[in-house]
Amino acid sequence: MIDRIGRYALDRVRAAGRLGHFLADLVRAVPDVATWRGPLVVQMRKIGVDSLPVALFIAAFTGVVLALQASYTFTGTVPLYIVGTVVAKSMMLELGPVLTGLALSGRVGASVAAELGTMKVTEQVDALETLAYDPMAYLVVPRVLAGTVMVPLVVALGIVVGIITGWLTSLSLIHLSTPEFVKGLKLLYQFKDTWFGLAKSASFGLTITLVGCLLGLSTWGGAEGVGRSTTRAVVISAMLILMLDAFWAVVLL
Amino acid sequence: MIQFRDLRKAFNGRAVLDGFTLEVQDGETMVIIGFSGAGKSVALKHVVGLLPPDGGDVIVDGRAVSQLDRPGLTALRGEIGYVFQFAALFDSLTVEENVALGLVRRRLPEREIATRVQDALRLVDLPDTASRYPAELSGGMRKRVGIARAIALRPRYILYDEPTTGLDPVTSAVMDQLMVRTQEQLGVTGIVVTHDMRSAYTVGDRIAMLYEGRVRQVGSVAEIQGSSDPIVRQFIEGRPA
Repeated sequence: MIDRIGRYALDRVRAAGRLGHFLADLVRAVPDVATWRGPLVVQMRKIGVDSLPVALFIAAFTGVVLALQASYTFTGTVPLYIVGTVVAKSMMLELGPVLTGLALSGRVGASVAAELGTMKVTEQVDALETLAYDPMAYLVVPRVLAGTVMVPLVVALGIVVGIITGWLTSLSLIHLSTPEFVKGLKLLYQFKDTWFGLAKSASFGLTITLVGCLLGLSTWGGAEGVGRSTTRAVVISAMLILMLDAFWAVVLL
Repeated sequence: MIQFRDLRKAFNGRAVLDGFTLEVQDGETMVIIGFSGAGKSVALKHVVGLLPPDGGDVIVDGRAVSQLDRPGLTALRGEIGYVFQFAALFDSLTVEENVALGLVRRRLPEREIATRVQDALRLVDLPDTASRYPAELSGGMRKRVGIARAIALRPRYILYDEPTTGLDPVTSAVMDQLMVRTQEQLGVTGIVVTHDMRSAYTVGDRIAMLYEGRVRQVGSVAEIQGSSDPIVRQFIEGRPA
């Protein structure tokens, strides 16, 4: 029993050491702009542009459901223009960033971990090193930067789409007029609602890509190892997103 | 000159290299043979600093590899071409882009890069594959692209990790010819890790047998063929224990 606890503690210390090393190497690689500039554009497309369909799909239906649930809850008790307030606030502060973040932890986190994991087990990462490339600068920095920059942009578009579908739902199914919806939208709005959601999304993008890169580059054991890293990347980044969501709510709201 | 000096490496407490000592002279092709899992590839990875030694070191032209800082290691890697067992080509890049990758890193002019890529692909008899992706190539062609990627750098040394493993006999012979031609035309020093004895006899100037973490015997092809060491004989004749 003591032996097992000791081994577990040692494993945790080693994992913390590996993470520290990884982050130090990442920071050291950032000034190597010439190496990561080219791959950055490719990763911005892969992580940002290619994620738009799934993110906008989720946002569109979230807007519809928010409007309908708000109208169901408020009918007869609260003025219905508050539907606009609920749709906007929920999309900006919580559902836009978190639902998109969770979806991207699956799409982007899995893709990054699987790609880098496959490169690791097929010696492509070693090959990069022998060609005098720093894998941190060539593989990790562009993915992490792309995630941090593009996820907030995807979330921003998702928020806009969610509000538009909420508005269209209010017009067609709740019979709310556009001026009433806009009145609700403006009510209680603060600029903080916008930057809070986007800053939170940037931290989600950073987390998803960091976890994917770390687990991908730690892969061992062939195809089974790639599967293991991919699954862990999705689960861990989804859990971290929920923890970060609570953390930012405590710190910033 | 590449010197393995008392190199030691263990994985999970199991010693893979246990005092491995060997000198590879400039201009020669040294073949390292040994049973599967004997540590041949592990030894090779120490030459370019892909693995840190537990003890001892590899000395390349007077530089102790494990003591080099990042710029020193980058400079060393610029002098060494490494051909991986399964080629390790980048799936998302075309053959041309794969071969050019190391040259782009050196910031050579575009025209120079194009010329070197064409020359390298011509040397490995694959001049018409430039725009194809690795997934569209056979195993032998991928390995030849791996060699092209290494020689495009015009290295002083080329390290081959199991270059004929998994290939049919005819393709293996083509690979052997290619390694000999590369050595003759470019005058590079080579280390070839293999357990394919026909290949070892064809490409090697000298052969070293790695056994239980250290060199069991090193000598010319004729010396190894005439060895009286029972372990060496068992290996080169392919006899079960």
